[in-house]
Amino acid sequence: MRWLGRIPYVVLAVYVAVAIVGPLVIDYNPVLTILDDRLLAPGSRVSSGGTAWLGTDGLGRDVLAQLVYGARTSVLIGVSTVLVSSVVGTAIGTVAGYFRGWLDTVLSRGIDILLAFPAILLAIVIAGSFQRSVLVVVIALSATAWISFARVTRSTALSVRERAWVDAARVLGVPRRSILVRHILPFTIGPVVALATLEFALVVLAEAGLSFLGIGLPNSAVSWGQTIANGKQYLATAWWISALPGFALSLLIINIGILGDQLTARYGRGQTGRLR
Amino acid sequence: MIRVIVKRLLVGVFVMWGAASLIFVIVRVAPGDPASLLLGPDAEPEQVRELTARLGLDQPLVVQYVHYLGDVVRLRFGDSYLFNRPAMAEVFERLPATAELMLASTTIAVVLGLGLGLLAGGRPGGALDRVVSACTIALQSFPTFWIGIMFILIFALSLRLLPSAGAGTPEHLILPAVTLALPFTATVARLTRSSVAETMREPYIQTARSKGLTERQVLLGHSLRNSLIPVVTIVGLHMGGLMGGAVVVENVFAWPGVGTLVVDAVANRDYTVVQAATFLVAGIVMAFNLVADLAYSQLDPRIRVDGDAA
Repeated sequence: MRWLGRIPYVVLAVYVAVAIVGPLVIDYNPVLTILDDRLLAPGSRVSSGGTAWLGTDGLGRDVLAQLVYGARTSVLIGVSTVLVSSVVGTAIGTVAGYFRGWLDTVLSRGIDILLAFPAILLAIVIAGSFQRSVLVVVIALSATAWISFARVTRSTALSVRERAWVDAARVLGVPRRSILVRHILPFTIGPVVALATLEFALVVLAEAGLSFLGIGLPNSAVSWGQTIANGKQYLATAWWISALPGFALSLLIINIGILGDQLTARYGRGQTGRLR
Repeated sequence: MIRVIVKRLLVGVFVMWGAASLIFVIVRVAPGDPASLLLGPDAEPEQVRELTARLGLDQPLVVQYVHYLGDVVRLRFGDSYLFNRPAMAEVFERLPATAELMLASTTIAVVLGLGLGLLAGGRPGGALDRVVSACTIALQSFPTFWIGIMFILIFALSLRLLPSAGAGTPEHLILPAVTLALPFTATVARLTRSSVAETMREPYIQTARSKGLTERQVLLGHSLRNSLIPVVTIVGLHMGGLMGGAVVVENVFAWPGVGTLVVDAVANRDYTVVQAATFLVAGIVMAFNLVADLAYSQLDPRIRVDGDAA
């Protein structure tokens, strides 16, 4: 039954493959509307001769193509946000946990301030106030995502700094920067990777929410959230527009969640749950 | 005890100052000039200049910040650009709807989640436990707005049992509340399950069992109260968060709450409303956090001793 545990890896690999290769194989122009092909059911023929395997939306655009391009958007934004927030969070958390003192206090108060806002609200305000772009979305989502990384690396740093070899390094006069990089940082990698998987899932969900609200990404970008939003007005007649991207999204998140749980069980450091 | 409360309140004041400042920075840094947005694209430059001066937007940023803080303390956020009423009044008007949704969904989530968690935690590793675990993973993975739309599809459009949008009658509340409740049900269930599984390992449970009590009596009469402690905390935190965080679900069901107000205000660059709403939400979150923390220290005598649990 070992292979059952491998399923999430496979599914995720498929998603990433689709995200990378899909847009190269399938052509899609979000601005091109073919009104003859509006609201076709999955499997119908389109006016250009091909088949809309997953149907078309209110503007005649192919839903399968939107799923594929949406996968790319989700993976791109997910990976970017996790990269940015994990780097920033790890840097800040490790430094705060190792040096403690006023640095740590400033960090804790800063986190308190950020946590006073529901994450999605803050993301909406940030993403909605600036010029729409992928960068803005990444920044808006990273604004709260880095906190979990900072906390985890801070607690790791706090415990590792008490170890004998760190003391020895200090006594030997090893520069602080080297201590941080060579003795503290390696211990943070396990928990950070486990957390990164879970944060990836949260970020993908958050991005879908933002796109659903029409905030953040420009209209020329394709996102599952946007497709779902577009399909809402046609629910009674063309349910596939809203339903299918949601399935794709849910399947992705479920598998990331399972994967994240596995990683946390193996490498995590007793994180008792994220409160978002 | 009083000292703990006072200390928390002071920290709370500091955090609120930080929150207000953060809002100020974001709104000021964002592009878009409120005066020209208000007057529209056909406005004369002279009119724009005059309105800018009247709104106090031409003064140095530091001066604006000081005035802003003074106003914030008095809960004065100016008038909404769109509605020409005080921004805070707009927000207050939307509060009851959001509170209603929050209470309904939290109740559903807690009842369901506790039930599931108790069933699973009572016999860790058992069949029920695995089923519940699978369910919770699924519940936490589905995007809430998509579940909401699927509910609309099924219950409102296909079965025609419930309304699809708006508020006003109890029927309008059902779908949004259930949609919003589902992810938190999973969280509550997981936490309850692990909490129960842990308490059931305590020595006093063994004593209870050896006294001859049934498993149900042991579970409900002896371990339940102690297992609930961490659950109380996250329920409190969650309730606070929902007061401003249910934005997407509110949008799906066109629920007239604070969330939809913020989204509209952001889209329309109605900065006063954005500031008022986010500040108020932050305040509510802080209040709920404080209550949750205090409740936790009251419920668990073990941590009452050292006073400050943070």
